[in-house]
Amino acid sequence: MALVSTPATLEQALPVMDNAEVMRIRNDFPVLHQLVNGRPLVYLDSGATSQNPVSVMEAEQEFYEQRNAAVHRGAHHLAVEATEAFEDARQTVADFVGADYSETIWTSNATEGLNLISYALSNAGLWASQGRGDAGLRDLALAPGDEIVVTEMEHHANLIPWQELAFRTGATLRYIPIDDAGSLRMDQAAQIIGSRTRLLAFTHASNVLGTINPVRELVALARSAGALVVLDACQSAPHLPLDVKDLDVDFAVFSGHKMLAPTGIGVLYGKQELLDILPPFLTGGSMITTVTMERAEYLPAPQRFEAGTQRISQAVALAAAANYLTETGLDRIHRWEAELGARMVAGLESLPGIRVLGPDAGKERIGLAAFDVEGVHAHDVGQFLDSRGIAVRVGHHCAQPLHRRLGLTATTRASTYLYNTTDDVDQFLDAVSGVRAYFGA
Amino acid sequence: MSLDQLYQQIILDHSKARHGSGLAATEAPEGASTGQSHQLNPVCGDEVTLRLAVEDGRIAQVSWDGAGCSISMASASVLTDLAEGMTVAELHEVIDSFREVLRSRGKIHADPELLGDAAAFEGVARYAARVKCAMISWVAAEDALNQAA
Repeated sequence: MALVSTPATLEQALPVMDNAEVMRIRNDFPVLHQLVNGRPLVYLDSGATSQNPVSVMEAEQEFYEQRNAAVHRGAHHLAVEATEAFEDARQTVADFVGADYSETIWTSNATEGLNLISYALSNAGLWASQGRGDAGLRDLALAPGDEIVVTEMEHHANLIPWQELAFRTGATLRYIPIDDAGSLRMDQAAQIIGSRTRLLAFTHASNVLGTINPVRELVALARSAGALVVLDACQSAPHLPLDVKDLDVDFAVFSGHKMLAPTGIGVLYGKQELLDILPPFLTGGSMITTVTMERAEYLPAPQRFEAGTQRISQAVALAAAANYLTETGLDRIHRWEAELGARMVAGLESLPGIRVLGPDAGKERIGLAAFDVEGVHAHDVGQFLDSRGIAVRVGHHCAQPLHRRLGLTATTRASTYLYNTTDDVDQFLDAVSGVRAYFGA
Repeated sequence: MSLDQLYQQIILDHSKARHGSGLAATEAPEGASTGQSHQLNPVCGDEVTLRLAVEDGRIAQVSWDGAGCSISMASASVLTDLAEGMTVAELHEVIDSFREVLRSRGKIHADPELLGDAAAFEGVARYAARVKCAMISWVAAEDALNQAA
């Protein structure tokens, strides 16, 4: 597939995933083995948050049972062990997305990562205006007349931080529209991204449409305009092979809880030369070299952006999750989920009164589908499915502008992961087929 | 609890009948004191704009526009039927009782004498995520009532 360049690794030689393998995988996820409303749980909400395998929960428990201590301080045995575990986790997660160790910054989640970039960039303007920091900050500062470009399909987390950055700096926010099939209007992108563009922020894969955006084309447009590129990898990092250096983005963010890890941990990738000069966002302990009563000097990345006591056990758990995914094989997971997504869309489109958002059946999409049921509100659809043990997301999925563009206020979304079988999809389709009759639509 | 206990037939019927809907096209009775309230649930996008007209201490008219799930639309419809003709004090009493039942997580049973068809929403109380759906028009009515009376 063109969207990701996967080197010819061992994983491609492995057989494609099938239901038998998924049934074995499911044994690693205790939460999946329960009855909901008297039916076996069918979990189709991994796009919102994923479930943790035993190995991830054990990694966190093992950390607390044997190594818990504050990191980067203290000369005692546990502090050394904790620091090692924490920094080993960073290397594991850096490797997971093709980043370097010192380019991999822990955040609470992707939202915090995006806000970190947004505030570091407005701080760059403040610093530059007072002659503070590296001379290169002048090139990063935004001012009136500059433009920030996003897309119409963004999650609020990759929209509002840029609205606020525009507000703080006087820059203008513009967006690349989508067409009715949920693809970016690349003809318009080429006109919108120009000499005024200082930053382009977009999602790798849409959490509503399932569309996979043409990262390389967008990066090429940004490069020719001299703009920075921020990639929201929340729906891609957990589901397909991701190499941030190969994609040549300047920043990328993702959340641990969407990739088999606990909540409270996420990652910001940034190019070293940018992280080395950008001012910090949060300041305080653990990120300084020298502090006087008047001012402070800051450590280089990653510590520069990690003020205060870190999410240590969560980082360790996220590394365990990355290992779990790597061992299964991201390329294999991606292909399996694409199959589930295609099955879902084909099934939904065969039902009367169902409108699937995003690419048509047969077109490339990640393993999720958001849809509208004619005459039945998404909340009622979700309730009906829940009564059959099927967990889906309802609402605007943190993408109000996108829903408005499509003439909707709320939709139902089913999203798969490596622990979903084709039977899960079939049960979901069978339940959806009964929704309109139940509500008399 | 089964789905049918949540979606009682009376709720499904009212979700389609939508008594009182059509605010924009409805004139308030001349001389009546009116109050109007807009309520939005940002989680799901449910939205209701409700106007109450009070005349001689009684609810002369309830009129609303809204978009949302079957529970929220049915609830506005039932409220309309119930409220019209009541005194201001009676409607306050009914709203308070409805809220108490809905927030009780299923512990307090609805009084059918007082709540009439609105007693059918008793089952919603067991679904924490849906309580706001049932309440949205009642919150709007209380706000509008305070303005009008």
